[in-house]
Amino acid sequence: MTSGQIEIQLIAVVVAVACALPGTFLVLRRLALVSDAISHSILLGIVLGFFVTGDVTSPLLLVGAAIVGLFTVVLVSTIERTGLVREDAAIGLVFPALFSIGVILISRYADGVHLDIDAVLLGELAFAPFDRLVFWGWDFGPVSLVVMSVILALNVAAIAVFWKELKLSTFDPALAVALGFTPALVQYGLMSLVSLTAVGAFDAVGSILVVALMIAPPATAYLLTDSLPRLLALAAAIGAASGIAGYWLAYVLDASIAGSMASMTGVFFVLGWLLAPGRGLVAAARRRARQRLEFAQTMLAIHLANHEGRPEAEVESRVEHLHGHLRWDASFAERIVRGAERRGLVVERIGSLELTDAGRTLAAEAVSR
Amino acid sequence: MEAERRSSDATVPELLGLALFSDYTLRTVALGSAALGITSGALGTFAVLRRQSLLGDAISHAALPGVALAFLLTGSKAPLALVVGAALAGFVGTLVVMGVTRTTRIKYDSALGIVLSVFFGFGLVLLTFIQRRPDATQAGLDRFLFGQAAALLRRDLITQAVLGAVALALMLLVWKELKLLSFDPDFGQSLGFPMRALDVLLTSLLVTAIVIGLQTVGVVLMAAMVIAPAAAARQWTDRLGLVALVAGLFGAGAGVIGAVVSAEAERLPTGPTIVLCASAIVLVSLLFAPRRGLLWREARGRRDRRRLRLAAVLEDLWTLEQQHVDGAHAHSAAVLAVMSGGAERSLAELEQQGLVRQVGDEWALTDRGRAEAAGRATS
Repeated sequence: MTSGQIEIQLIAVVVAVACALPGTFLVLRRLALVSDAISHSILLGIVLGFFVTGDVTSPLLLVGAAIVGLFTVVLVSTIERTGLVREDAAIGLVFPALFSIGVILISRYADGVHLDIDAVLLGELAFAPFDRLVFWGWDFGPVSLVVMSVILALNVAAIAVFWKELKLSTFDPALAVALGFTPALVQYGLMSLVSLTAVGAFDAVGSILVVALMIAPPATAYLLTDSLPRLLALAAAIGAASGIAGYWLAYVLDASIAGSMASMTGVFFVLGWLLAPGRGLVAAARRRARQRLEFAQTMLAIHLANHEGRPEAEVESRVEHLHGHLRWDASFAERIVRGAERRGLVVERIGSLELTDAGRTLAAEAVSR
Repeated sequence: MEAERRSSDATVPELLGLALFSDYTLRTVALGSAALGITSGALGTFAVLRRQSLLGDAISHAALPGVALAFLLTGSKAPLALVVGAALAGFVGTLVVMGVTRTTRIKYDSALGIVLSVFFGFGLVLLTFIQRRPDATQAGLDRFLFGQAAALLRRDLITQAVLGAVALALMLLVWKELKLLSFDPDFGQSLGFPMRALDVLLTSLLVTAIVIGLQTVGVVLMAAMVIAPAAAARQWTDRLGLVALVAGLFGAGAGVIGAVVSAEAERLPTGPTIVLCASAIVLVSLLFAPRRGLLWREARGRRDRRRLRLAAVLEDLWTLEQQHVDGAHAHSAAVLAVMSGGAERSLAELEQQGLVRQVGDEWALTDRGRAEAAGRATS
């Protein structure tokens, strides 16, 4: 690996972790699409900041963009509070409008001065290592790596300091109010973090990937664990893994790095969806299949217990008879009988089934329940 | 392109009036945008009503890989192939959203966010992958990002118009059932309507409406064309049929004005221009719509507050009068101010209405004021 490749992956990992942390709270608070809104409308902030400073590298651009991001949230909740449109529609009204203004301003007044719409929307991580932070002859690494590391540190610090406020207002806002916290303050604090992170990441990876990195890894982690600290750690790990895997996917296909990273967050999500222990689709299917078998074995035990010691027992307890009586087809009946034998519920003597003591107990328990 | 070379000096009405009927490109652009506006506006009504506004955002982003895959598989840029690819991908996206919310504890908003960003990311991978292939036949696929009305061709227009017409006709055909689905799906279920199938149908119609607009507005902003016209129309009327009709008109208006302005002016991307037109309609509707609009509401609030304020002073005067033996007893404003705030101003206004009169420094009811206050007190 060249040092450029290592740096790109480092940036990818730092961006992914920085996004996953506030993203986890967005997912838990059902505010996932706020990241969509913020990541689009900060474009306007960057353009306005550019008009004010006339310099695309000015750090003021980041501040301006973060403020517009926060303004988006305020605007959405203002519109929602009028009661004229609902929250989802309010989000969908605000960010396309702000984003459109941004795009039009760029293409009319800032075209060709390094503010390229495709680059801001899609990001181009491949060029990030060329833009370096050099002070007093010292090379501190790529600018976006430095910026995102600072933002990551800020996110970690903010979450650590306001841990109990965030936790309480996320899981039980009513109790938070009762205890004297101000959920609105926590909300806007969180939104500031989201906005700042989105701005920093936006520069490196583009707005859509910001959404992917903020939502998909935390949602995947949410399928895997119930504890908040583990959720944050897993989300960060999945984000980082998506970053590295995405880089190599892009390398192999010679395609967009940001797009590949977003695709990898999706791959990890699907893996979690299918394979999550206990909650995944596969685990659920296996649980259902097992329950079906156990239920059928219990039915068999009850059936045999019903006729045990009666004159008709001779007929009723033949394996072939199960087909007619319990409406099982031959192969299913065979499977159930073998399963019940293995569990020691029945024994077969010359085609006729007999309950064991364990089978009798199971039948009695099932019926008395 | 003929339309792009002209200057942007002409005013909007001039453009619409003159150019629209003389210029072939412009007519194509305007008709295409009208088709997309009507369809997305009318069908967006249901999306907004059912709190699925942002499903449109997910669908339009999810359509991008479909466009790219359709091109990769067929090797053609025939509008029908690309639109079918977009529609299939958009539909798969909604199925994933439904599947995730049904089988996991992940909520609707997160499911939408995942689908829109992951599908879009995958679409970008495919687009960049296509772009870096040696043959240059792929040019123009990236206009699906922000849309480019000026590049619309006659065959695009025909595809859009036919798809839009089919979607709208289907919507009208099952109008009653869709209404039931939107307002009371449980009741519909109990009546024996196949609500699940209707849900799928409505989603398919929405997908159709969205893919029609992708080429003109682009995947990034198409959501606005689903939400904005419907949200604006909702302010003007309470009837579903009228909302859908007005939303269709708003959508068409925004589409035509935006597309024509963008085609005429230099460096004005189509999608954002159309979206800003739609946003302007929303802003006007939120402020000025009769009864629901914010200004209307503010005026009514003011009127109500004033009426209450005047009534309070009038009743105070009447109560005081009742406590005195001699009928028309006058009282000082200070006494009234103690009983209810803002008395001085209210008294002046009441005097103008002829309900009170000034006696020296003090105030008394007129005959009419007494009748009015007594009527209030006894009612």
